[in-house]
Amino acid sequence: MTTSYLKLAGGYVYDPLNGVDGQVQDIWILDGKIVAPPGPGVRAGRVIDMAGYVVMPGGVDMHCHIAGPKVNMARKMRPEDKRQSTFVERTLNTHSGTMGSVPSTYAIGYKYIGLGYTTAFDAAVPPLSARHAHEELEDTPCIDKGFFVLTGNNHFVMKSLADEEPGKLKGFLPWLLGAAKGYAPKLVNPGGVEVWKHHPRGNVDTIDQTVDYYDVTPRQIISGLTRTANEIGLPHPVHIHCNNLGMPGNYTTTLNTMDALEGHNGHITHIQFHSYGGGEGEEETFCSRTQVLADYVNSHSNVTVDVGNIMFGETTSMTGDGPLGYYLHNVYGTKWFSADTELESGCGIAPIKYRNESLVHGLQWAIGLEWYLLIHDPWRVVMSTDSPNGASFLAYPQIIRLLMDRTYRNEILKTVHPEVVNRCILADLKREYTLNEICIITRAGPAKILGLKNKGHLGPGADADITVYLPHENKQIMFELPKYVFKSGVLVVEDCEIREPLQGKTYHVDPDYDLEIEKDISDWFEKYYSVRFSNYPIQDGYLHEAEVVECETKDD
Amino acid sequence: MATVTTDASQQEPELKIVEDATCTFCGCVCDDIELTVKGHEITQAKRACVLGKAWFLNHSVDDRPSCLIKGQPASVEEGIERAAQILTQSRYPLMYGLSDTTTESQRVAVSIADWVGANVDTTTSVCHGPSGMAFQGVGEVTCSLGEVRNRGDLIIFWGANPAESHPRHFTRYSLMPKGMFVPNGRKDRTCVVIDVRKTKSANTADIFIQLKPRSDFEALWTLRALCAGVELEAEQVLADTGVELAVWQDLMDRMKGSRFGVFFFGMGLTMTRGKHTNTEALLALTRDMNQHTRFVCKPNRGHGNVTGADNVVAWRTGYPFGVNLTRGYPRFNPGEYTASDVLARGEADAAIIIASDPMANFSERAREHLKSIPYIAFDPKETPTTRNAEVAFTVATYGINVPGTVYRMDDIPIPLRPAFDCHHPSDLEILQAIEARVQEIRVQGFQSTEENTSLRPARELPDGSIAE
Repeated sequence: MTTSYLKLAGGYVYDPLNGVDGQVQDIWILDGKIVAPPGPGVRAGRVIDMAGYVVMPGGVDMHCHIAGPKVNMARKMRPEDKRQSTFVERTLNTHSGTMGSVPSTYAIGYKYIGLGYTTAFDAAVPPLSARHAHEELEDTPCIDKGFFVLTGNNHFVMKSLADEEPGKLKGFLPWLLGAAKGYAPKLVNPGGVEVWKHHPRGNVDTIDQTVDYYDVTPRQIISGLTRTANEIGLPHPVHIHCNNLGMPGNYTTTLNTMDALEGHNGHITHIQFHSYGGGEGEEETFCSRTQVLADYVNSHSNVTVDVGNIMFGETTSMTGDGPLGYYLHNVYGTKWFSADTELESGCGIAPIKYRNESLVHGLQWAIGLEWYLLIHDPWRVVMSTDSPNGASFLAYPQIIRLLMDRTYRNEILKTVHPEVVNRCILADLKREYTLNEICIITRAGPAKILGLKNKGHLGPGADADITVYLPHENKQIMFELPKYVFKSGVLVVEDCEIREPLQGKTYHVDPDYDLEIEKDISDWFEKYYSVRFSNYPIQDGYLHEAEVVECETKDD
Repeated sequence: MATVTTDASQQEPELKIVEDATCTFCGCVCDDIELTVKGHEITQAKRACVLGKAWFLNHSVDDRPSCLIKGQPASVEEGIERAAQILTQSRYPLMYGLSDTTTESQRVAVSIADWVGANVDTTTSVCHGPSGMAFQGVGEVTCSLGEVRNRGDLIIFWGANPAESHPRHFTRYSLMPKGMFVPNGRKDRTCVVIDVRKTKSANTADIFIQLKPRSDFEALWTLRALCAGVELEAEQVLADTGVELAVWQDLMDRMKGSRFGVFFFGMGLTMTRGKHTNTEALLALTRDMNQHTRFVCKPNRGHGNVTGADNVVAWRTGYPFGVNLTRGYPRFNPGEYTASDVLARGEADAAIIIASDPMANFSERAREHLKSIPYIAFDPKETPTTRNAEVAFTVATYGINVPGTVYRMDDIPIPLRPAFDCHHPSDLEILQAIEARVQEIRVQGFQSTEENTSLRPARELPDGSIAE
């Protein structure tokens, strides 16, 4: 914490939330927060000259896989992925680590902050394993963090919906988020994972299919959880990984899913993987359907998306979508990890290599870029690679270059499978992102969609998480190596070196609920869980630095 | 904490009940134990198995000094200083053990290993290490124990004897419970035991298959062949496995006919001829079975928190065990960086042994070398390892005196609810103090060496040049 003013003087400031678009300004910081300029006569204890530099809020990654059981399984399963990769050497005050597609915890913290990202959310944690995720996040330094809680195949949720007891759901959901000390409900292949648990190769094909045992459809799960989450007033109501990820023709499922939000706010994640036309299992007809989905998003203000780009190269696919893991394992013939968590979720992990000679992979790459270019309002589309699924978060600078530099984009497009240009409209898209728009899709937008009021901007009251770049014609170079990164007002990174490895805090929600529900949940545990009800919730001791983000219940 | 205090006379030690306490004796990590505690004694451990009862009821705090240096009583502070000196002066320190303590302690331990550039290894390398290596080869299809409880209708134990090693395995997770999709409990499940001898667990089985010793690999590949519909010669199968082909065919029919099949495997598979190739065969068979039905497998892990140790070492270094940090970053190579091998080759020049007793169970060559180097040992009890240590800390016992987190054999993390305090410090407190002191020494070393470059990484600038 700074004890006197720190002034970042005279940089080109990008703060889209507050309408600042590259104007030369000073940023004043006190006690980890950005403050209004204190007026004439007040001198800052430290002034850093930012003349010529670009000053932005710290990056916010709203969808990545950085902590918890599946991430750690991927680490354990893939020594070969690390052996071929660089590593992080220990220094006097920073730990060593391994890289590859799934870096070790300390390495993740250092690499995110080194990239100028100061906040990241893990996208899929089974609540039964929440304690594990919290332990790993505590070992992930330098950034603020949190995670989403898997709810889309939770038996209590499905039972409440099947029994038409919305009151129970309204009690259970906040209880569950509070117990896990998680941030938002995450739906992964809602209902489909439960079908997978019942049948070999099991899955749902549409959102109107009935889920085994519970007489409930994915549509009901999506609508029910979305409605309830919005009623509770969660800062980020629902985060949805649609059914049928990766399948040709799945764009109809995605459209139906957006429809099933019934006008409530909802976020569709890694939508690139859900934007495909074509017949079932057919490479012949596989094509982009981004335009029709983007039209829907452009005309429905309740929907936001993150992209989930793929980039060419080798990575690890990891998902709460059990049947998807099996599918990928069969397609690529790789090793495969699968773990079903009782009453809650599934998990699939498989190595994957995206090749530019592959028509499917080339299209996936192009579709990701189409998404950024076809959404009119940059506040509603967020940069993500679903790290490490599409690529590592370390690919973000390259994506920025692809968006800001049409010539470069077209050059790369020429290197992919020749048929790609005929199956998508990327070649026709002339749009180039501005720095201001990049600032929106990498920090201001995701912070707003997450409901983090102190992130993603540089106005008074914001956390002093600030990234400073040296402008460069090649935007990849510019964004790869920030000159300075400040976290909570502390200079953490200077010239690619970690100066002060801060801890960073964990964000979670703690919504109110009717205590009556606990009796029901406790009976449920007694009957079906393998752990005791009293040992399930995360005790406060697991959170070392934490902040509760308040819910805002509507007046009605 | 769910503790209820009942009134007691002033002379009597306070009587209290600890509900939902967690037993850390084996990998089952049962979290439903009700402890009756009278002062520094646990008088009752409701719901605990015979091993758990022995763990809780026979627990007494050792009446020994909390710290011994070269066998002589010393203050804990002196021990911490000596430990930090040993570790920072060593050129190749070895850290080993970790599986019988909390993840909180494991995390600090791995930090120390990183700061001093140690070789870090856990007891996994001498139990399910081969399973970890097999996993790296083919992956694994698995689930949490509650899934077995709710769905498992064919339960196969291979080279595992839970009746004696994990006594509540059957009643709590795998055979007896009435689950969501197996409402009649044991009646809805078929139990198969496959082993080279008729174990106590075999008595509970519906089907017992007695394998020819050292033929696990052949037996598993027989099943893989049958799963794939490959025709086999009956005589060859009998000669290879000691079991009739018809028996294997019957088992495969049951496996394909089950709705949710489960393999639990033990060290009878992983530590017999073939080792990790045996486990690899079982993992591959489980995977193959998913073309026909849902099938999962799970190693029956032994030590209370060996699963936590795997997890912590993996999230800190990227690798699950057998990790060498001497070059300043993690490298992994079982056989080279596993503790028993490092010691048997006479390599380490100092060691830190946490919650483990290698002097009782390593090879003679490994023990001889360990005895010849200065090492630090942590244990609640006196053991052959603490007896030969340069610095021996007597520590409070996790789960009985110390809170924290333990990972069940299925990777589910469970909190501990200690029964009573103990006058010995926890290993966590000592490890934290050692880490702080080690860091002080490193910083001093850094400041006193003007030209020191080993602790400071080269700085790469945006243009690719290297700054000092």
